[in-house]
Amino acid sequence: MEGLTGAAAGLWLAVVASGVYHGVNPGMGWPLAVSAALMERRRAALWRALAALAAGHLAAMLAILLPFAALTLLIAWQAEIRIVAAVLVIALGAWIFVTKRHARFLARVPPSRLALWSFLVAIAHGAALMLVPIYLGLCHAGEIDAGHEAAGELMGTSVGIAFAVALVHSAAMIASGGALAWAVYRWLGLKVLTRGWFDLDRVWGASLVIVGVVALATAW
Amino acid sequence: MNLRPDPTFYPSPKLAMAGPAETLAYTLMLSPDASQPDGLAVVNVNPQSAEYGQIVHKLIMPNKGDEFHHFGWNACSSALSPLSGHAFLERRYLIIPGIRSSRIYVVDVKGGPTAAKIHRIIEPEEVFAKTGYSRPHTIHCGPEGIYVSTLGGGGKDGTDGPPGIFIMDCETFDVIGRYEIDRGPQDKQYDFWWNLPRDYMVSSEWGLPPQFEGGVVPEDLLSNKYGHRLHFWDLRARKNVQTIDLGENHQMALEVRPAHDPVKEYGFCGVVVDTTNLEGSIWTWWREGGKFHAKKTATIPPEPAKADDLPPLLKGFEAVPPLVTDIDLSLDDRFLYVSCWGTGEMRQYDVSDPMNPKLAGSVHVGGIVRQAKHPSGNAFGYGPQMVEISRDGKRVYWTNSLYSTWDDQFYPGDRGAAMVKADVGKDGGLTLDKKFWVEFPKGYRAHQIRLEGGDCSTDSFCYPSA
Repeated sequence: MEGLTGAAAGLWLAVVASGVYHGVNPGMGWPLAVSAALMERRRAALWRALAALAAGHLAAMLAILLPFAALTLLIAWQAEIRIVAAVLVIALGAWIFVTKRHARFLARVPPSRLALWSFLVAIAHGAALMLVPIYLGLCHAGEIDAGHEAAGELMGTSVGIAFAVALVHSAAMIASGGALAWAVYRWLGLKVLTRGWFDLDRVWGASLVIVGVVALATAW
Repeated sequence: MNLRPDPTFYPSPKLAMAGPAETLAYTLMLSPDASQPDGLAVVNVNPQSAEYGQIVHKLIMPNKGDEFHHFGWNACSSALSPLSGHAFLERRYLIIPGIRSSRIYVVDVKGGPTAAKIHRIIEPEEVFAKTGYSRPHTIHCGPEGIYVSTLGGGGKDGTDGPPGIFIMDCETFDVIGRYEIDRGPQDKQYDFWWNLPRDYMVSSEWGLPPQFEGGVVPEDLLSNKYGHRLHFWDLRARKNVQTIDLGENHQMALEVRPAHDPVKEYGFCGVVVDTTNLEGSIWTWWREGGKFHAKKTATIPPEPAKADDLPPLLKGFEAVPPLVTDIDLSLDDRFLYVSCWGTGEMRQYDVSDPMNPKLAGSVHVGGIVRQAKHPSGNAFGYGPQMVEISRDGKRVYWTNSLYSTWDDQFYPGDRGAAMVKADVGKDGGLTLDKKFWVEFPKGYRAHQIRLEGGDCSTDSFCYPSA
C-alpha cells in the first residue's frame, strides 16, 4: 500500500513537472502573451492571452487522455494498453529527435486564435501524448479495487483522474509560463527571448522517449 | 546549428537598432547584355578596415542571362515568434532569383566574406511546374516559409495567368506552391510585405513581362496600362480582402514599406510617375476601422530640361521626371528614403507624422540631365536606385541600375555600376561619404544591396519597440 502511494505521489509530481516544463518552453506560447500585452499596451491583454493558451493546452490534454480513460474499462488488456501507449510516445519522440520537423499547418493559424494554436501545438508536438503513460500509471496505482468496482464507477474514476491530471498539468504549465511572461513583460525585457530560448527539439524528443521507456519498464 | 536563436534575430526594431553595425554588404551584379554570368559581390563596409569600400569577394554564377534584381535572406527576426515554429533557423542563405531566367540560387554566406558559395540551384522548370508563375522578384521570410513574389504568369511571355506569390520551404528550399487561395482582382504583381502579428499583407503592381522585359512601352505608359493598385490580404487566410486603386494616372506602384514597429498599422508606397504631370509620389496607406485607406502624402515635381539633353523617350516632354523607383524606411520608422532615379537625387523625408512627410535631407548624384559627380570625383552613371539603410539608421547605401533595358532607354550607353554611401545627421540630413566608392568589374551593373545581419527591408518583427 505504501509503495503504491509512493508511486502515485511520484506520478503526480511528474504531472506537475511536465506542466512546468511545457510552460517555460517559449515554443508553447508564453512570448505571445508578452507580445499581446505590448501590442495592446495594457497588461490585461497578457492575462487574456495566457488564459487562451491555457484553455487550448487543457483541451489538448483532455482530447488525448479521455479516449484512454474509456480504454481503462478493458481491465484484462491493461498491460497491453500501457505498452501501446508507451510505444506511441517513444515513436513520436524518436521522430521528433531525428527529423526536428514542424507541422506546417500550424503556421496557417491566425495569431488572433491563440487557444486553437495552443491546442494544435500541444497535440502536434506530443505534449499531450507525453501525459498518457503517466496517466495510465496513475489509473493503475489506484486500481487495487478495480475488480470489485462496477464498470460505471470505474469509468467515473478514470475520467475523474483524466480531468485531474489535465487540470493539474495545465495549471502548472500556465503558472510557470505566465510567471515567465510577466517577468519578461515587467522587468526583464524582450532580450530574454534571444538569450534564454534554447533549442529543445532534441531534448523534447528525448524526454518523450524516456517517458515511454519508463512506462514500458513498469507496464507489468 | 544554433542552440539559441541566431544573434542577428531581434524581437523588436528597437533592439535591432542597438545591435552591432554591419561590416559587410552583399550587392547583386548583373550583366546587362547577358555576355557574362551574373554574380554576388561581397563589399567591405567597415570604415576601420583597409579594404573599406572594396569588393572582397565575387561569387560568379554558372549561368548567363539570369538578370539579378532583388534578393533576400532565408530567415530573419520573424523566426522569433513561437507561431513560426522555426526559432532556430540561421540567417545564412541568400535567396537570389534571376528575374529574366526564373532560376533561383541559394547562396550560403556562412564562414566569412570570402566563403560565399552556391548551396542549391532551383531551375526555372521547377518554378514553372510547381507554381505556374515566372520571373521571381521580392523575397521575404514569413510564417509558412520563404515567400517569393513573381512578375509573370505561365507561358513563354509570362502572360498565361496572373503573376503572384509562391512559398518555398525554409529548410530544404523546395518550392512548395502558390500562396494565393483567393486573389480577388489582383492581376499584376511587384512588391509585398506585411505586419505579422496583425496578420495582413500588402502587395503592389508594376506591369506584365511584355511591358518591361524589352524596355518600358511608351504607349502602355501613356495609356496608363501599368499597375496602379495596392492589394491588401488576410495573410494567413491567403485572401485578398481589399484593393485600392490609386488612380490610373499613378503609374507603377512599386515598393511597399510598412512601419517596422508592428503596433503601427500604416506604411508607404512609392509611385514612379504620374502621367498627367510627370510627378513622382509617396503614398501613405493605413488601416482604420477594419478597412484600409491610401492617400498621396508627398509629391516630387519633374525638372524642366532642353530636348537636346534628353533621351529620345523624354524629348517630347522637355522635362525630367523624378522617377521614384525605390523607397526604404529606417527601423525607427522616422526617415523614409526616396530614390529619384531620373533627376539624380536621394531624398530623405521625416515621416514621424506618416500623413505629413517633411523633406529633411537630400543629395544629388547622377541624373539624366544633372549628371552630378560623386564627391570622390567619379562619374555616377544613371541615378540613385536600390537603397538600403543600416539597422541603426546612420548609414544609407545605394546603387544605380534600375533594370537592364530601362537603363538603356533613360540613360543610353553604358554608364558603369556604382555603389555609394551617405551618412545621416543626428536629426536628418544626408552627406555622401567621399571615401566610399565601390569599383565594380567591367561590364556589370549593380542592383539590390543586403547588409550583413539584416537591414531595413529584410526583417519582419513580431514584437513592438515599446
